[in-house]
Formats: sequence, structure tokens, C-alpha cells
Amino acid sequence: MHDHADHHHGQGHDHGSELDEMTARVRALETILTRKGLIDPAAVDRIIDTYQNRVGPRNGAAVVARAWTDPGFAERLRADATAAIAELGFTGRQGEHMQALFNAPDTHHMVVCTLCSCYPWSVLGLPPVWYKSPAYRSRAVREPRAVLAEFGVSLPPETQVQVWDSTAELRYLVIPQRPEGTEGWEAERLAELVTRDSMIGTGFALSPGNAS
Amino acid sequence: MNGPHDLGGMMGHGLIAPEVDEPLFHADWEARALGVTLACGALGHWNIDESRHARESLPWPIYLDTSYYEIWTRALETLLTRHGLVSADELAAGEAATATAHPRRLAASAVDAVLARGGPTDRPVNAAPRFAIGDLVRTLNLQPKGHTRLPGYVRGHVGTIIAAHGGFILPDSNAHGRGEAPEHLYTLRFDGADLWGAEAEPCSAVMIDAWESYLERA
Repeated sequence: MHDHADHHHGQGHDHGSELDEMTARVRALETILTRKGLIDPAAVDRIIDTYQNRVGPRNGAAVVARAWTDPGFAERLRADATAAIAELGFTGRQGEHMQALFNAPDTHHMVVCTLCSCYPWSVLGLPPVWYKSPAYRSRAVREPRAVLAEFGVSLPPETQVQVWDSTAELRYLVIPQRPEGTEGWEAERLAELVTRDSMIGTGFALSPGNAS
Repeated sequence: MNGPHDLGGMMGHGLIAPEVDEPLFHADWEARALGVTLACGALGHWNIDESRHARESLPWPIYLDTSYYEIWTRALETLLTRHGLVSADELAAGEAATATAHPRRLAASAVDAVLARGGPTDRPVNAAPRFAIGDLVRTLNLQPKGHTRLPGYVRGHVGTIIAAHGGFILPDSNAHGRGEAPEHLYTLRFDGADLWGAEAEPCSAVMIDAWESYLERA
């Protein structure tokens, strides 16, 4: 279609004029809906605040770190991910039917939604632009290794790459492998090694030396 | 529908090019578009399947070349007018007369509970599942003009059932106001080489979730 490298925002044009047009369009829509009694702007504020400040990938990192440190939890996560994740208080919208995918030395899982932008909001928050982009959605199923290479991820040729296309209401969370050199670490410290991309499958968990 | 959204396996969409800073929102309107879309969904006039179909029914150039929050906004305008909540004239004018609150208007105090509850889509199905884990199944050559969640790239291919999830709302029906019509949902595994031929990368597999009526025994 076109080369996205020219676009700071990955997908779509980001010229000032278009932003202005959308600012006006959304503002007009919100005004109409408010006047007609269909929305309460304070509710809109609260929704935004939820995904800006409370629901994001730190939720998922807590799930992963718990799975690394608590074998019983890991088993419950395999058996009924929705219930296990709810133990940590993470429930609700776009996380109603969770599935956990455990990476292993011979198996790497990667998640996509080729048909729209399905993503496990309750544990990862809102998806990044690239996850919703035609580039990722078209290529993840056909050439996952080439996609992974663009994220700086290289896998041995014999590793099984399993791509999960979220075509129904099941939402997939990748449980990356626990990094070496973290024996004895507490869950809270381990969670700092769990990146968002490692839970989508486009990255690994950080090594102890690389934690920010 | 064979729309612009059915992207699996397509070519020519460029590099992934993740942003360096990855702001959650790139402008205030994106945040408002998210909040307004979710708040309108709570009114209960449409479901998530109809929302998805409104988005994938946008013209190809708009679907493929605008940001996702613009796609959401345009689809929301479609849904609001289709369901008689806002008129095309009001949208064009950007104004509307004041009205009393909708009985299901989402209150700020209810947002946390509504988001934490979500909208589960599993439903009881009385019929026994037709397929079991390990069965080989072929996806049907379904090309409806309306909504479906069977991606084009798996049509007519043989996969293995690797999980059975019980009953779930059928989007093909629910998106068009024809009821939830729940069916058994399965996860299928396809070998990369079967889907992509000689071009396939080694040791790759693709999993999809598929409703029973998408499948036949292979």
C-alpha cells in the first residue's frame, strides 16, 4: 500500500490538518451526544483515566511473575486462565475469556488479530498502534519469523512458532520464559523484567542486566 | 464479508515500524473517541459484533489508511444513525437540541463496575459438540456478504481441533440482529506449510478460533 516508515504514528497520516479535522469531528460528536443525554462527559473521562492510569501491561506482568514463582498458580492459569487472573483482581472488558500460552525452549507463541484489533485489555491495556496496523495483521500469520526479526527477536530454526489469531472472544496472554539468573527473585522484582511485547509474543522477558 | 479488514496473509502493507515512544493516545481526540465509543456501547442498542461489522464495512481507503480511532469514530457515527439515536442532519450540523437523559446513559460512578464486569459471550448450547480434540476438520468456503469471523486465509483448509470451549454467541448472526444463536467454539491448528505452501517459514503453525458451523469433518 505505502511505506509506513515515513509515518511517525505507524498507521495513517499524521499531518496537523487531519488531526484538526478529527479533533473537530470528535468534539462535535461528543457535544451532540451530551446534549441528547446519551453520554455523560464525566463517564468518558473516567473511561480514559482507567486505561491511562489503572489498566495496562503492569497487570499482565504481575500475572507472569506470579506464574514464574508459584507453580500452583501456573497450573490454575493453564486450567482456567480467566479465574486465575481474576485472583489478582484483573477482570472485565476484553478479558472475559482468557487463555494463557506458555512459551518453552522449543515453542514460541505469538498473538495477532488479523480481522480487527482483539487484545487482552484487562491484562495489557489498550493495544499499540502497530498491533492494529495492516502490516502486523497481514504478516504475523504468514511470516512470523520475519515479523519477529523486525522486533529484534531471533529464534532457532527448530523452534516451533505458534501464531494465535484472535478470531473469537478468547483473549490470549503469552507467558514468556523466565530469564536465567533470576533464581530466588521475588515476584515483584521479576515483574519488572516482563515487557508488554513479551506478553504478545513479539519479545522476550528482559535479562536481569537489562532491566530498566 | 470479503472486506478490507480480512488482512491475514495479504502482502504489500510494509514494515511493522513500532513507534519509539508509543504514546497511548496521539491526540486528545483519540482518547475522547475511545471513551465516547465505550460510553455509547453501554446504551445497549448494538453489540460488539455489530460494532465490528460497522468498522469493516467502511470504504477500503478509509479502513486501510486512517488511524484506528478514526475507524472507531466513523463506525460509531454509522451505528448512532442506524439506531436512530442521532440524525445525519445533527452530525452534519455538529449540533443537537437538548434532550432528557437516556435511561441507560452510563454514569461516571458506574464506569468502574461496567468495565470490570465486561461482557461475557459464552452461552449454554444444548446440542452435543460435533467435534472433539484431535479431529481433522475442513473450514467451509463461506463468503457471506455480512459479518463472519472466519478469516479468508483459512477457507477450505484442513486443521486439527486442539481445544473445545463450549458455546459462544455466533457473530455471523448477532452482528445482524438475528439473535445470539450460540454454537460450540473450537480452536484449530493449521500447519504453516498447508496455508502458505512453499513460501511458508519452517516450523510454523497458525491457530484460529472457529464456530461449529464454519467446519466440516475432513
